[in-house]
Amino acid sequence: MAEEILRIENLHVSVEGTAILKGVNLTIHRGEIHAIMGRNGAGKSTLANVVMGHPAYVITEGSIFYKGQPLEELAVFERARAGMFLSFQYPAVIPGVQVGTFLKKAVTSVRSEAPKGRAFRKELTAAMEQLSMDKSFLSRYVNDGFSGGEKKRLEILQMLLLKPNLALLDETDSGLDIDALRIVAKGINEVAVDSACMIITHYQRLLDLVKPHYVHAMINGAIVQTGGPELALELEDRGYDWLDVTA
Amino acid sequence: MTDEAQDIIGDYRYGFHDPENSTIRFDQGLSEQVVRDISELKNEPQWMTDIRIKAYRHFVERVMPEWGNCDLLDQIDFESIIYFLRSSTKTEKSWDEVPDDIKNTFDRLGIPDAEQKWLGGVTAQYESEAVYHSIREDLEEQGVIFLDMDSGLKQYPELIKKYFGTVIPHSDNKFSALNTAVWSGGSFLYIPKGVSVEMPVQAYFRINAKNMGQFERTLIIADEGSSVHYVEGCTAPTYSTDSLHSAVVELIAMEGAKIRYSTVQNWSSNVYNLVTKRAIAYKNATIEWVDGNIGSKLTMKYPSVLLKGEGSHAEVISVAYAGEGQHQDTGAKVHHLAPNTTSNIISKSISKKGGRSSYRGLLQVTPKSTGCRSKIVCDALILDDDSRSDTYPTMEIGNSTADLEHEASVSKVSSDQLFYLMSRGFTEDAAMGLIVNGFFEPFTRELPMEYALELNKLLELEMEGSIG
Repeated sequence: MAEEILRIENLHVSVEGTAILKGVNLTIHRGEIHAIMGRNGAGKSTLANVVMGHPAYVITEGSIFYKGQPLEELAVFERARAGMFLSFQYPAVIPGVQVGTFLKKAVTSVRSEAPKGRAFRKELTAAMEQLSMDKSFLSRYVNDGFSGGEKKRLEILQMLLLKPNLALLDETDSGLDIDALRIVAKGINEVAVDSACMIITHYQRLLDLVKPHYVHAMINGAIVQTGGPELALELEDRGYDWLDVTA
Repeated sequence: MTDEAQDIIGDYRYGFHDPENSTIRFDQGLSEQVVRDISELKNEPQWMTDIRIKAYRHFVERVMPEWGNCDLLDQIDFESIIYFLRSSTKTEKSWDEVPDDIKNTFDRLGIPDAEQKWLGGVTAQYESEAVYHSIREDLEEQGVIFLDMDSGLKQYPELIKKYFGTVIPHSDNKFSALNTAVWSGGSFLYIPKGVSVEMPVQAYFRINAKNMGQFERTLIIADEGSSVHYVEGCTAPTYSTDSLHSAVVELIAMEGAKIRYSTVQNWSSNVYNLVTKRAIAYKNATIEWVDGNIGSKLTMKYPSVLLKGEGSHAEVISVAYAGEGQHQDTGAKVHHLAPNTTSNIISKSISKKGGRSSYRGLLQVTPKSTGCRSKIVCDALILDDDSRSDTYPTMEIGNSTADLEHEASVSKVSSDQLFYLMSRGFTEDAAMGLIVNGFFEPFTRELPMEYALELNKLLELEMEGSIG
């Protein structure tokens, strides 16, 4: 059995007093890709954010374990340094900070040592080529004036460089045209081989390119159905009403 | 760094100082006799003595400004300040001849042995007079004059007499009067017609004696079609009693000339920094003030440009960082006095831990200044609820053909930005440091690299322990 990376037990989460997650259970092992699907407002993004430690989300019940360790003991930056990564649905703009500077500092923080200049440049160039990103990206400010597709590419570039053990991908496919989607999917597949991967998506099209081992349907803050890749096709086909007991 | 360590070394990282090593030092306090003594000691021509005396009398009569932070201004005790102090008797020409303890101070600040670097000449102002003064040979060959002001007065009395006080008369304000009365040191820079100085010319200033007022006086003249970039940086050690820094900087850009004057000042939190900076731009000339203010108890500084000639242009980029117990009252003044003149003002400020930053700006367009354009952008970043930012813009628009834009914003660091960076392994402090550096980037990128790196590093240090 592969190493357990993420275990979520009976997780209840609220934001500003409103309950969003209502008893989520999920375990992901190394080498597994799990897709979380659901309508807007089902709690998918909340799940990704609470695992990464967003301060606005309050755990009211249940626990999250990363490699067997309770996550509540770890600050956000410690989670990152322990090998967790969140690809944001809406990455923040950091005006005045160049992408190149940011990447180098992020890699230095996560690896706890500054990468060797030459080796890092080589690694960076290779990753950028893989994602069809022009060198001019490096001198632009982080996400400042980026198109939706550019933002998502930068997220995946960070993931390739930070080499996480747990990758949380929050609607990484939204806003991407089919060519960009292929490029991004290739990046995800590369990282997914040796990590645990949680993909949050509305659509089947990313899952055609990144084959999930498990698909979970989330409704109203809970996972109501789990299956293989065929569940994603069924959800695409039938929608969510047939699973929604409250509908 | 722990809070305890912070308490021991003080808020100011470079807050060490060398034992005072002064050969001539006046007692505290100011009188007409002290002013006469300063002039006599320097062996100045009579006309300069007369200007000093006139300025002193004006200073005594002139009331304190009735705007800005009056409470802090009224706390200045002019009688407790030493008005002249000379730390070495001659102006050094070579780095090797600079006394060891002075060198030591510069080394600890990480100031490079300039000749090995790409920077141009170096004037290191140690206390009241330049102890080290170097001009690269190529500058000398081009006919550039770069001297400390005292030497300038000795060697080029005619030039000084012609231009001294023409941009900022002693009667301009109380502190320009004080400076004119007791000035010592500063730079005199003359760029001959058509000469472009490619490398930045730099000076490093430092206050090192307790209660030491530093009143340097700088005059830069760029003759027709010439250009120069002058860089000045200041750091000061921490003392328990108040220090006063009150400089006067006059720039004159003749037809088609360009002067860029870059400053990064990092005063310890007991220093009053009350500086008058003004430039005159003649036809098609350009003046650029790049002005960074960190530290001090109270800074009042509004680099000004008189756009006197048709087609002249002004750029003022300034940043201010106000930490605990600090008030940065800074801004810019541009006077459009001729047709088709243009100006750009960018002002950025950060307030933290109860610090206060104020933008005070004046834009004047006279009836004669047809077809002029001006853009003003003021951005303030407030890092916590205790801190404060104010904007006091004044516009006097005398004709309807002016094309003016004014944008102002006040923002806080968003929790989304912090979360994003922390999810990439940055600690909260490091995330804040990166955001702050990014906010100042439009300023930092205008600086020579060494200064930019030092500024970024200072800001990162300032952000340590900034949260919760």
